[in-house]
Amino acid sequence: MKNWPLWEVFIRSKNGLEHRHCGSLHASDATMALENARDVYTRRMEGVSIWVVPSAQITASNPENNGETFEPAIDKAYRHPTFYELPDELKHM
Amino acid sequence: MSEKELKSLEDQFQARIDRDEKIEPKDWMPEKYRQTHIRQISQHAHSEIVGMLPEANWITRAPTLRRKLALLAKIQDEGGHGLYLYSAAETLGISREEMYDQLHSGKAKYSSIFNYPALTWADMGTIGWLVDGAAIMNQVALMGTSYGPYSRAMVRICKEESFHQRQGYSILLTMANGTPEQKAMVQDAMNRWWWPSLMMFGPKDADSPNTEQSVKWKLKRKTNDELRQQFVDQTVPQANILGITIPDDKLKWNEERKHYDFGEIDWDEFWQVVKGHGPCNKQRLEARKSAWEKGTWVRDAAVAYAEKQANKEVKQAI
Ligand SMILES: [Fe+2]
Ligand SMILES: [Fe+2]
Repeated sequence: MKNWPLWEVFIRSKNGLEHRHCGSLHASDATMALENARDVYTRRMEGVSIWVVPSAQITASNPENNGETFEPAIDKAYRHPTFYELPDELKHM
Repeated sequence: MSEKELKSLEDQFQARIDRDEKIEPKDWMPEKYRQTHIRQISQHAHSEIVGMLPEANWITRAPTLRRKLALLAKIQDEGGHGLYLYSAAETLGISREEMYDQLHSGKAKYSSIFNYPALTWADMGTIGWLVDGAAIMNQVALMGTSYGPYSRAMVRICKEESFHQRQGYSILLTMANGTPEQKAMVQDAMNRWWWPSLMMFGPKDADSPNTEQSVKWKLKRKTNDELRQQFVDQTVPQANILGITIPDDKLKWNEERKHYDFGEIDWDEFWQVVKGHGPCNKQRLEARKSAWEKGTWVRDAAVAYAEKQANKEVKQAI
């Protein structure tokens, strides 16, 4: 038997919110992946929209490179509003 | 990698868990962590799937349409739980096929409780109440486990489980307020399910050699004996409301400990069922294997259809 490929499932819980990854499942094609995702992940009105993506299509960053990937952001405090000192008289900005 | 480097990696890994960080699929992890998790998560998945079998028999025999809908919904949830857990195990590098093979060949274990028969409608109530109740206790503790995908699956499962327990208890409440025959059925189901339910928490702490490592990895947040005690304490008042007797003459409130004392589990029976000699081990495995084999043509047809559609798209593109 040939294996059914793996799909990643993303659900939008309500309009106004982004789709969020909620799990994965096997299905023979995209239509079946959507139907299975409906049955597995939205039995209690958890969603109003579903995306399915073949897992093989996802390129992920490697946690071993987390240092060079994410650490450069650590010493850039000037990107945050709290970095800037303002006079006390200034009430709103 | 030298032994020293490995030791240092392992120490850093344990420190992350101690800081309550979650471990995610692509992170480095000790081989033993990977293997232990594959084993535990896949066995947990198998239990959800095999757990559907004793109940499936009662779908067509449910006494009312409302009960039938609730039971169907519960069993569908269990299938979903199996899927969440298989997916979580797959992130560790084992394939779904391999896990099914392990289940079907008898190499993998599943919860022994499902090797007992469900004889009457009162069993549907008792299974929801006691068996799902005991499972919830285990699973709530596991929401804080260290492996991210397992912990997320537990959160989702726990949200769905409490309906299972309530629909079971509700069946028993109705029967307990019914005819003498119905009351007797509730008591009979209790007599048969009580001890196997206590066995669900596993061997005594003293006989459970993996406890220490599992506690370190947060695969165990409470010991078997602690969970079992918690279960007894919680269940006794619920049994009293139903007006039924718990089949244990040693069961007694201990004012000093502020817990119920209870009798000794028949550990011979426990090990017999674990080793495959329970009343339904064979039947369950056969039912599971036959469902898988009889579904082969459907799975193959779905693949053939998907390939045909994909070819069509290519032709149209040209
Ligand atoms: Fe479940
Ligand atoms: Fe359940």
